[in-house]
Amino acid sequence: MIYARRASPLHAARPVVGVAWCAALVVAALVVDHPLVLAALLVAVVASGLAARVGDRLAGAARIAVPIGVMWLLIEPLVLRDGLTVIARLGELPPFGRLDITLEATVAGAIFGLRAVVVIMAFGLYAAAVDPDEVLRLFRRRGLRSALTVTVATRMVGVLERDARRMADGQRCRGTGEASRLAVVRTVAGGALERALDVSAALELRGYGARRPGDHRRRSPAWSRHDLAFAASAVAVIALVVLGEISGATAFEWNPRLDAAGLAEAGPLSAALLLVMLVPFLDRRGIAR
Amino acid sequence: MSLVSLSGVTYTYPGASGAALRDVALEVEAGEFVVVAGLSGSGKSTLVRILSGLAPHTLGGTFGGRAVVAGMDTREHGPGELAVAVGTLLQDPETQTVMGTVRAELAFPLENQGEPPGAVARGVEEVALALGIAPLLDRSTAQLSGGELQRVALGAALAGHPQLVVLDEPTSQLDPVAGDELIWLLRRLNEEWGTTVVLVEHRLERCLAAADRVLAFAGGEVAFDGAPSPFLDWALAAAPPLATPGARLFALAGLSPSPAGVKAARAALATAHLDASSGVLTTHTVVNTPLDGEVLRFKRVWHELAGGRTILRDVDLRFAPGERIALMGRNGAGKSTLLRHAKGLLEPTRGKVRVGGPVALLLQHPGDLLFADRVADELPPQALAAAGLTALRERHPRDLSGGERQRLALAVATHGAQTPAVVCLDEPTRGMDRARKADLAEEIDRLAAEGAAVLVATHDPEFAVAFADRVILLGDGIVLADGTPEEVLAGGWYFATEVARITRGAALTAEDGAQTLANIKGSDPLMRNIKGSDPLMRVVEA
Repeated sequence: MIYARRASPLHAARPVVGVAWCAALVVAALVVDHPLVLAALLVAVVASGLAARVGDRLAGAARIAVPIGVMWLLIEPLVLRDGLTVIARLGELPPFGRLDITLEATVAGAIFGLRAVVVIMAFGLYAAAVDPDEVLRLFRRRGLRSALTVTVATRMVGVLERDARRMADGQRCRGTGEASRLAVVRTVAGGALERALDVSAALELRGYGARRPGDHRRRSPAWSRHDLAFAASAVAVIALVVLGEISGATAFEWNPRLDAAGLAEAGPLSAALLLVMLVPFLDRRGIAR
Repeated sequence: MSLVSLSGVTYTYPGASGAALRDVALEVEAGEFVVVAGLSGSGKSTLVRILSGLAPHTLGGTFGGRAVVAGMDTREHGPGELAVAVGTLLQDPETQTVMGTVRAELAFPLENQGEPPGAVARGVEEVALALGIAPLLDRSTAQLSGGELQRVALGAALAGHPQLVVLDEPTSQLDPVAGDELIWLLRRLNEEWGTTVVLVEHRLERCLAAADRVLAFAGGEVAFDGAPSPFLDWALAAAPPLATPGARLFALAGLSPSPAGVKAARAALATAHLDASSGVLTTHTVVNTPLDGEVLRFKRVWHELAGGRTILRDVDLRFAPGERIALMGRNGAGKSTLLRHAKGLLEPTRGKVRVGGPVALLLQHPGDLLFADRVADELPPQALAAAGLTALRERHPRDLSGGERQRLALAVATHGAQTPAVVCLDEPTRGMDRARKADLAEEIDRLAAEGAAVLVATHDPEFAVAFADRVILLGDGIVLADGTPEEVLAGGWYFATEVARITRGAALTAEDGAQTLANIKGSDPLMRNIKGSDPLMRVVEA
């Protein structure tokens, strides 16, 4: 999930716009409950990844996202006691007690799982298509803390990936028997704070965040058509989500009884979201094929 | 006014029981090239952190006294502000790159200083050319080797033309060629740009010749401050592990003053009419008879990457039980890949790897083998006792010292139902002082005595001579040389010990060199009292 420069409209957009566009995608996924809208957002992420020529990187994100989504789908019906439409009676099952699987709880699990997949894939798209170096420069004068947050969100992915690969080798070198995969994940995660501090120290040693008198500020170039298109797309996504929430088009009733009839009502909004997210990719003028 | 001025500096790390630096007072003038010497834990790295402002700003802890660098008091100015005047290179290059490409990494400090784009572009080109990393400019930093990363991190430290460069063991991950190049590049910067250099190093034989001054630390205090040659005289008497092989050679041969480098040593020998190259090669005294049989066989092994790059080319090697082998070569020569094939972490593209029993591999980062929260959970009690780690059983592996962590990782790697037939160590001496290297050499002896073939990838010729009875030199995936240490390490220039360079290949160790000189003179070597106190001389004493 490391950034790779590719010829695409999203790569051509300035980093602040790329960040805003990916953030709009994540916000939409976090706000909306409607499965059709979430499905549209997932299609938008995948299609955007392909249009940005980072499908291979997005596949890496999918390998993390899909198991998490499936886990959510499987666990939620076991722990959620809502819903009236029982689809399976499992009887007494420790530690859950009497267990009835309801259609509504299953749908809720699917919604949460789908949301998790969209959010993780959107982060994957961000990491693959928005230049982290430019993002770091963007935050240069915002101070070290904000820079560190941004760096941890982007640069640390690669650092921890390398750590995990090394430790996976280390696991195989243990004469005492291989440590569990969970132990590897725990050790990598446990070292993340230390690694973040190392990165923070490196940033400081290179003079990051220090304000200097007479700083030469790079004059920002005029906004390109790609900047304008993706910025407009981000604004439109948020506007459509707000509109959907106010109008009730994105409302989805699943408790106490699933209202399948309302599913299609979000169709136009979903289509609109998909459209406004993908339209900026259509302008491929000036991008080598 | 001095460029660096420390007065009464005492620093204690957060949670530490004792101070890492105690009441240190020193001045460094602009244009000086200062080498900082000392054993592990003596306070060298802490000095670097204080000069760069990391201590106490980023690291916390308790700071007393006053440190002024380039007119800035480090209590008031943090690393970000000090970065205008101080370029810093820390030990681990992997944690020092923050940008995605080499070009961006080199441009980053210049941009942070507010330089206009033209000056940034020029600065990047200049520093890349100076360090020989221009071909890497558009590479991703994630794809660089350890040695390449080190040079890029050095480039980033130098890009802003700092008045002072502080470096913490910059050659620890570099092969002898790259290490020597880096030291002489620093000297050139010092002479041509007037850059003041403060260099922390364990392998002093590499850098003393370039230094104007040596600061030796012991127990957090300055134990010696003076020119390189007097430093070596002091080290021979007061801190033998810090004495270079060349200095020990001279001491054993009764010559003085101690030479700070190969050139000075040769000049002194010429003055004394001692042409060592006229002497017969005196063999060093590692005594080891490998057992019959074969525990590891590389049969025409090739290793090719998906992109077409070839790492190993037709490698054909056999190893017998009890053999102690040093695997040497430049960064990227294929040493680590060979060890990974022995362990079975990699599959050959062509050829076969045959092993005659369990293979243990200690990776470059020993911490990568440790996953438990307590030392006691890593190994059964008897194995902990055998490794001498029982006293540390309640500690977290991450809180152990470098040497302790390595010992634990080696015990974890070699522990199992069966004794390993082959033990592979991948660059185990990085950042080690001579005393710890001696401990490791003893451990290698023990493993070999138990019948294991021990393969050690190392960049350190002095260490190779101390433990190995066979040296394999790899270059670009090909076996360039395979023979005894005398055959491989005596005639080379980069892959040679300091004594071999001084004596033009007539001897590898100080002791053999002294014997050679004595033979020429027709007298016995003096073998002064220093012999017994040199940690890496245990083989000779045996």
